[in-house]
Amino acid sequence: MAIIERPAPGTTLVPALAPSAPAITPARTFGALRRPVATTGWKSWLFTVDHKKLGLMYGATALFFFIIGGLEAVLIRLQLAAPEGKVLNADLYNQMFTMHATTMVFLFVMPMAAGFANYFLPLQIGARDVAFPRINAFGFWCLLAGGIVVNLAWFFGGAADGGWFMYAPNSGPVFSPSHGVDFWALGLQIAGIASLTGAINLIVTVLNMRAPGMTLMKMPIFTWMITVVQFLLLFAVPVITVALFLLTFQRSFDAKFFDVAAGADPLLWQHLFWIFGHPEVYILVLPSFGIISEVLPVFSRKPLFGYPFVVFSGAAIGFVGWGVWAHHMFASGLGPVSVAVFSLATMAIAVPTGVKIINWTLTMWGGKLVFTTAMKFAVGLIILFTIGGLSGVTHSVAPSDTQQTDTYYIVAHFHYVLFGGAIFGIFSGFYYWWPKMFGKMLNERLGSWNFWLMVIGMNLTFGPMHILGLQGQPRRMYQWTEARAGEGFFNLGFWNLIASIGSIILTLGVLFFLINIVVTARSKVRAPLDPWNARSLEWMTSNPPKEHNFDSIPHVNHLDEFFHRKYEEDPTTHTMREVATAEQVLAELEKNADAHIHMPSPSYWPIVLAAGMPVVALGVIYSIPVAIVGGLIMLYAIYGWALEPATAPAIDHDESSSNGHNGHAVGASHG
Amino acid sequence: MADTAVAHEGHTSSTGISNVKLGMWLFLGSECLLFGGLISTYMLYRGRVSNGPTPEQVYDIPFTSVSSFVLLMSSLTMVLAVSAAAKKDDRGTNLWLVVTALLGATFVGGQVYEFTAFYNEGLGFTTSLFGSSFYTLTGFHGVHVTVGIIMLMALVAINKRSRVPGSKAETVEMIGLYWHFVDIVWIIIFTLVYLIPV
Repeated sequence: MAIIERPAPGTTLVPALAPSAPAITPARTFGALRRPVATTGWKSWLFTVDHKKLGLMYGATALFFFIIGGLEAVLIRLQLAAPEGKVLNADLYNQMFTMHATTMVFLFVMPMAAGFANYFLPLQIGARDVAFPRINAFGFWCLLAGGIVVNLAWFFGGAADGGWFMYAPNSGPVFSPSHGVDFWALGLQIAGIASLTGAINLIVTVLNMRAPGMTLMKMPIFTWMITVVQFLLLFAVPVITVALFLLTFQRSFDAKFFDVAAGADPLLWQHLFWIFGHPEVYILVLPSFGIISEVLPVFSRKPLFGYPFVVFSGAAIGFVGWGVWAHHMFASGLGPVSVAVFSLATMAIAVPTGVKIINWTLTMWGGKLVFTTAMKFAVGLIILFTIGGLSGVTHSVAPSDTQQTDTYYIVAHFHYVLFGGAIFGIFSGFYYWWPKMFGKMLNERLGSWNFWLMVIGMNLTFGPMHILGLQGQPRRMYQWTEARAGEGFFNLGFWNLIASIGSIILTLGVLFFLINIVVTARSKVRAPLDPWNARSLEWMTSNPPKEHNFDSIPHVNHLDEFFHRKYEEDPTTHTMREVATAEQVLAELEKNADAHIHMPSPSYWPIVLAAGMPVVALGVIYSIPVAIVGGLIMLYAIYGWALEPATAPAIDHDESSSNGHNGHAVGASHG
Repeated sequence: MADTAVAHEGHTSSTGISNVKLGMWLFLGSECLLFGGLISTYMLYRGRVSNGPTPEQVYDIPFTSVSSFVLLMSSLTMVLAVSAAAKKDDRGTNLWLVVTALLGATFVGGQVYEFTAFYNEGLGFTTSLFGSSFYTLTGFHGVHVTVGIIMLMALVAINKRSRVPGSKAETVEMIGLYWHFVDIVWIIIFTLVYLIPV
């Protein structure tokens, strides 16, 4: 709802949107559609521009794709559990590992981070919404449309089968004749729009909409890491956009870009892809670094050790991450100078990462550790990511890397950094922020099962892959044979079986999480206001937060503002003592509540605009007239959008607020 | 208390730059990488002609110089439009926006003519690596100019009916930023593609 009226203290102002309020009719038509006005039911979700609802929608979508991607992984492991596996044929196996990686990277980890960012970034900086709420909604619908297009290929003759990096010319029509790659390229193109718009939106939000007093170096660390990630996205996404366009032009319109017979350079795709692809690695893992940098101090009862170092090492990772892409291409014959440069840069990037690991460890050092599930996942991340980081350093040594390239050793490495890093961080975030998002705490007993099964499963699955890889088992081979499996401790059969058993245990761990969600949703127990004794601003509001987030915008004086409102240093003993409860802090905010808060209004246009895109994509693949229809839908939506003010005029919603009160618009501009 | 925290229609913000303007700058930063990728592809492939005409055989430098000049002049008229909008001179704003759009359309018309001429000389999209990368790079730029023209004309239409949401001067300035960016990219493309010999 656009305008939230709340009684000012000491007055008897009747809330304008009391249930008895007359039905709302928007004053003006934009395009053919009037403004949506529903505040409950499915329409309130479909047309919402509220960053919290969109954050949850991102999260739910990502979780759905996590399950899909996980099932694909289990099928891969079942196929490889025994020699000459018969679960999948070669073609289906190619599709399975391609879609597993694509789904996990683009449709689970990225949107999940986007979901957390959407939900918590405005709360952490004391804002009422993001800078461009409608663009925010548009981004979500693009992601969903892109995910659907990529997966639609399963039903139209087979999914993409060229591996997640889709090396051209191998992904050209000669080697990949089904439409899978076409769906893949166009779907990711659409999902890329979500990343780009999200990046612009969140950067502007962070730079422009912080609460008074919150300087950059007082921002919560999660917000910082998300900001670094958005800059990476801003500059990385256009590069893959170019690569995907070239591929689509090649496949759909017979362009020559990857046609070796015409003199094309097969390294062109590799360079374009990895210039995007390596920053992408940090795009995946930095949000999780941010999450555990929030979780560790809270459950160590200490401030984050060396906050500026964590901030600047995150930014340094962001910068150096642009100079290491060719380490994915050591085996392609770049020449000794390039290899040496990228080898050194890759070793260098381990330094800021190591700085972070030291900071986390020293945050816990001497703290009163509380091992909640969130904390367990955070500690798990530190250990597992360190293992993955160390095997990563072995790749930076180019001679060693040429031996490891395309073996399971690489698979082991990136699963330790991505599962042990990114996904453990995300799970830590689930347990830490669940009470904030839903007002109920996830069950800690089930959480413990969830954590331990995932740790055991993950190490059983990916640990043996180091051995398999060093023994020479290649990636992307759909079968292995007993005759060449080797003897004794290094027998491939034994370790493949262990890895497959591990993947089942991992699946059980995830299942416990899903059960936990259901159990928690059915539980009647409400979470306390401040269940973890937390430190940052997102906890300085109700659970779940009201639509306008904060009754009054807090003035920020400290890093960890919420903590410093609850605790003060005792001048004699130099220990922190509690001076206010969370409830008292909140009551104080409510006392100074703003009387008129204008929130951005829901809109039809983001979803209509995004809906045009899959139509264009299908048109490019099958029939150009269909693409033109999709283009017209988009053009129509753009005009409707441009003519519609971001915040509805007061008259759209109630008469009383149009008589002179100007209220305070959220920083929503033409979004 | 709250009024210090929020950007009211983009007037107050932590950086002093309005949300839309900051957003536009970020978008243009991203666009640099888009054109960077396309230009790199062209530079890699411009000499690879396994089939059909070479760049020297098709380029008509005097013609393209004239159309480049027309496009650069449109940046001047865009500045005049922004300046008129800042003075709240609606007539002037609309006039200069229309002139800018016409100059842009002239450039796009020139590009259509050029593409047709090249095609008749035997350089198709699928002829050679040079052909594919040339049409993709200049085509992407042409699409950017066309989108700019549509935005300019839409702005004139909306402005005449006084339905520009938010600040009119700022909306004109936003489209101006985009327009200048597209012009600057053309200077780079013209230099790298047409002027520097293979």
